[in-house]
Amino acid sequence: MIRATAFASAWAVLLGSAWALLLTSASVLMPASAWAIDPEPPFEDPQLEAEYQALIEEVRCLVCQNQTIADSNAPLAADLRREIREMMGEGATRGEVNEFLVARYGDFVLYRPPFQPSTWALWIGPAFFVILGMVVFARILHSRMAQPLDKESS
Amino acid sequence: MWRYLVPVSIFAVLAAFFYRGLSLNPGYVPSPLLGKPAPEFELPRLKDAGATLGNRDIEGQVALLNVWATWCVGCRQEHGFLVDLAESGAVPIYGLNWKDDRRTALNWLTDLGDPYVASAFDELGEVAIDWGVYGAPETFLVGRDGTVLHKHIAPLDEEIWARDFLPKIAEQCGSLPCPLEAGE
Repeated sequence: MIRATAFASAWAVLLGSAWALLLTSASVLMPASAWAIDPEPPFEDPQLEAEYQALIEEVRCLVCQNQTIADSNAPLAADLRREIREMMGEGATRGEVNEFLVARYGDFVLYRPPFQPSTWALWIGPAFFVILGMVVFARILHSRMAQPLDKESS
Repeated sequence: MWRYLVPVSIFAVLAAFFYRGLSLNPGYVPSPLLGKPAPEFELPRLKDAGATLGNRDIEGQVALLNVWATWCVGCRQEHGFLVDLAESGAVPIYGLNWKDDRRTALNWLTDLGDPYVASAFDELGEVAIDWGVYGAPETFLVGRDGTVLHKHIAPLDEEIWARDFLPKIAEQCGSLPCPLEAGE
């Protein structure tokens, strides 16, 4: 019984240290660029690269709809990243890229929907319900406060 | 009275929203191209890399542009129907071979039959992006004036053809001699 426990704990230590070793070696051996999904090197201008990264994180991959094209390995996502990269390399602004995408794939391609009549409920809805809740809460509070105290205690 | 009416009406509104929302197909993304001019393209042909296929070849007729690839299972599924459709002479079918291997694609056409007047070879998928393609097979119906009239995503079959395509083709042709009538 004792031997079995010692054996098990030895295994646990061994496995634990192997895991730790794996994690450290992975973080040491993998340079930041290894996280990139595409073979192309990042933009030389760090600001442009940051803009590009931020943009592709807000574009929906239409093949796997709950992923952004920054996350997705789908061939279409790779094509879109390449296209966007080319456009940005030629100086396209974020608005121009979004326009390009929406003209082809519709608003659905944007993770951040534009503010337009069809999305008013989406954008204003939450604030509307918060205000509604506050009004209801205030009214309940008010009516309770209007009640005389002795009425409740009696 | 209000005590009961408010929760019941909230429930009713939510139920209506969920009923509508949950019966929609989230995989279906309507194309913003409908009713707009077909995107410009010019690509090498699949069978003859020296020649190109573009808007000019499709213009002036009611035609189909079918996006296909040998890696696409749905394309194999609909291929028989496309071959029959081409044989019936209803409308000319053009192909957009999407992100494929030329040799494999040519073999596919040899083995399964070639319903296409010609296929464009879009190796990098750039024209596909311009057409808003996101999942093959996709089939576009392009009018005489080069307007995109309809887009179908998923394999085509007899039923979908009769329901979604035929009425739109009939609308386009009117009293003019129509390839559809010639085919029948």
